[in-house]
Amino acid sequence: MGKTTAEKIFAGHLVDEPFPGAKVLRLDVVMCHEITTPIAIADLEARGKDRVFDTTKIKAVIDHVTPSKDSKTATQAKILRNWARRHGISDFFDVGANGVCHALFPEKGFIRPGYTIIMGDSHTCTHGAFGAFAAGVGTTDLEVGILKGVCAFREPKTIRFNLNGTLPKGVYAKDVILHVIGMIGVNGATDRVMEFRGPVVDAMTMESRMTLTNMAIEAGGTSGICMPDQVTVEYLWPFISDRYPSRDAALADFRKWCSDEDASYEKVYDIDVSNLEPLVTYGYKPDQVKTVAEMAGTPIDQVYLGSCTNGRLEDLRIAAAILKGRKIADGVRGILSPATPKVFQEALKEGLIEIFMEAGFCVTNPTCGACLGMSTGVLAEGEVCAATTNRNFQGRMGKGGMVHLLSPATAAAAAVEGKIADPRNYLP
Amino acid sequence: MKTFGGPVLFLDRDDINTDEIIPARYLTEITKADLKPYILEDLKLPGFDPKGEKTRGARVIVTRANFGCGSSREHAPWVLEVNGITVVVGESFARIFRQNMFNCGMAAIELPKETVDRLFAYRDCPDANIALDLDGQVLTMSGGGRSDSCPFQIAPFDKALVMAGGWVDYADRNY
Repeated sequence: MGKTTAEKIFAGHLVDEPFPGAKVLRLDVVMCHEITTPIAIADLEARGKDRVFDTTKIKAVIDHVTPSKDSKTATQAKILRNWARRHGISDFFDVGANGVCHALFPEKGFIRPGYTIIMGDSHTCTHGAFGAFAAGVGTTDLEVGILKGVCAFREPKTIRFNLNGTLPKGVYAKDVILHVIGMIGVNGATDRVMEFRGPVVDAMTMESRMTLTNMAIEAGGTSGICMPDQVTVEYLWPFISDRYPSRDAALADFRKWCSDEDASYEKVYDIDVSNLEPLVTYGYKPDQVKTVAEMAGTPIDQVYLGSCTNGRLEDLRIAAAILKGRKIADGVRGILSPATPKVFQEALKEGLIEIFMEAGFCVTNPTCGACLGMSTGVLAEGEVCAATTNRNFQGRMGKGGMVHLLSPATAAAAAVEGKIADPRNYLP
Repeated sequence: MKTFGGPVLFLDRDDINTDEIIPARYLTEITKADLKPYILEDLKLPGFDPKGEKTRGARVIVTRANFGCGSSREHAPWVLEVNGITVVVGESFARIFRQNMFNCGMAAIELPKETVDRLFAYRDCPDANIALDLDGQVLTMSGGGRSDSCPFQIAPFDKALVMAGGWVDYADRNY
């Protein structure tokens, strides 16, 4: 019997099985940000165990609220900064070099096929796009990861999603994942790995694959996973060219992590995306999804483009293509947060930032900020935002505020019309 | 080991998320104790008051499916803990929340829907109370002069974490 990617990674990283079904894995990367790490640091200090298992395997960033907005967030940043300094963690990203963790760390080449990765952040599932097992955890798991380099999991079963057909005009990875979540529900993949396969995924860039895997947690999934392939090799080549004689050699090595042909799955979904339409959430759960046609005309106060779901260069290009030569509707605020400094710089070079600013967007520094209602775009009571983010929980972007999740294209169309609108009307 | 059991708060909805349990705007607090006033602040349910006596006096939450979905924030179990709630009983939990509970030495008890329905039959009893026998794996609901005992399953590893007082102590001893 063959193995899935997740099963191969579990087998290759098993440290202990203290009880049947409980697997303690060796970790390849432990990632830290300033919201969930400081309490772990404080607890380690209180226990007299202020140590890290391996400085090269720990990556840290200040991203949720940056630059700090008040004394409390400044203190959180300071705790993380001082901790990174005293332990000599060289992969620490502070103001000027920081960006949204799940966009920044892949961009730095830290994520590789076959890796085990944890972070005190639920959207850590994003990194499975590289053929890794990546799971969001709480502060205690993070603390043990920092100290011991291990984490315990119930070995998840895998659900396979075969994405067949061709994406129609105006339909993107975001629409696909919203469709999947709408289909299986917010509890549909709890304790499961979501493996995304098929020609649609094969044709996707790493950016689009990360949009898919990013929202696995919105269906309860432990990790999203895509198969490492030529696209993965190409993305990572600048970071691995000294380790492999050729791209083909890297590909051959990466392929050992792909699920075997005869691997067994708990469930297999065959989804033809060819007739999919742009989608928008309507309620306070990510599985409450309708077509843009059903939602068109819904008034909005703000458009937010950014986050670990859709704040990458590809997303900015898609939105800018619609916004070029157009203006945001009167009475609507547009906010763009490029996910990383590199995305910001590339967007500047390509003239995308000028398009956004000409349209009337405010461009912020890279940060998670508005997505979870912490800074740079918090909603007031009763306000509505069309957002390229991943969560529409009640009050998520600000107490009493409402969020409609959608793609960068649909967000751009909404900005132009001042209400939910069909992006296909603006595409050539 | 923590103590378990006491007055019950009933939260009758599926998919109660961690943003509802503790909104992100309070994640800038850097001690667990500072989270205390904000428990369940954004949860909107008929008849539910996050500042009310029932919430403040509760030691156990009984709820429905997929409790604790969304964010990985351990602030969710912490805000329960600092308010004296160390047990959540429901049909199912989101993975990270469930693990966070056991990692903190607290108990997330899963029961079949029919059994949870039986517990909800006590929702209008002012003295609704749950006693938890972790060794015997039996939960006893009482209130209004009645009582109802139900056995529950708990994974051996999760039970070991509760006994050890949490994952840091367990891992420190074993790895």
